[in-house]
Amino acid sequence: MDDRKMMFGLLFSLKAFVNKLDPTSGGSEMSGQCSFQSFRTNKYKLHYLENPSGISLVLMTDPLTGDLREFLRHVYSTCFTECVVKNPFYQPGQPFTSDQFASALNKAVRTHL
Amino acid sequence: MSIFSLYIVNKSGGLIFQKDFADIARLNTNDALMQASIWHSLHAISSQISPLNGCTGIEMLETSTFSLHCFQALTGTKFFVTCAPRTTGVESLLRTIYEMYSDYVLKNPFYEMEMPIRCAAFDLQLVVAIKGMA
Repeated sequence: MDDRKMMFGLLFSLKAFVNKLDPTSGGSEMSGQCSFQSFRTNKYKLHYLENPSGISLVLMTDPLTGDLREFLRHVYSTCFTECVVKNPFYQPGQPFTSDQFASALNKAVRTHL
Repeated sequence: MSIFSLYIVNKSGGLIFQKDFADIARLNTNDALMQASIWHSLHAISSQISPLNGCTGIEMLETSTFSLHCFQALTGTKFFVTCAPRTTGVESLLRTIYEMYSDYVLKNPFYEMEMPIRCAAFDLQLVVAIKGMA
C-alpha cells in the first residue's frame, strides 16, 4: 500500500514538475500542455498514459524497452473499456477486480510484447 | 541547439548552478530553486518504488515537448539537462560536464563545497562543450 501511495505521489509531482520545466510554455503560464510520458532508471522503465477520463495507466518494464504508448492505448481501449467500463457493476473511480480484464490483459501482453 | 538548460544540484537538494543555452522560457530564480529541490526528491522516490534492488534513480525522463537526462555522481551531486526529445549524445555530454565540474570547480581553491558555483572558467568551457554538441 505504501508503494502505491509513493507511486501516486511521484506521478502527481512529476506531472506538475514537467509542466513547470516545459520550454514551450512560460514558467508562470502553466498551460498544462506538456504531458509526461515515461522515465527510465538503471533498473526499470516506467511508462505512463493519462486519459481525458482521468484514468491513468502505469506500466513498469525493463530499462531497454522502447516506446509503449501505443500498447497502453490498446490496453485502455480493448481491455479496460471493453471489460471494465462496460460492466454495469463497475463504479467509476473505484478499485475493481475482473477476471475478464485480467485475461484480456494477459493476452494483450503476450501478443504485443 | 537542442540542449535547453543545465542544472546542478548538490547532495542536499539545493541548486548550485543553472544555465540556459537556448532561447526558451526561463524560470525565475525562486522557481528554479524550487524545481531543483523537487527533482532531488523525485529522484530519490523513484529509486524507492523500484521493483528491483539497486536502483539509482531516474536517468532519463521523456515528455511530449522535452526530454530530461540526469547524471548522479557517486557523491550525490546531480547534473540534469533539458533538451529536445530524441536528442542523442546527451549521456556523454553529462560525463564531460562532470569532468569539467571536477576540473574547473572542485579544483578551484576558493570554491566552497555545496555552495553556488561562480567560476568563469567553468562557464566558458560549458559553452564550448554545448556548442560542440550542436
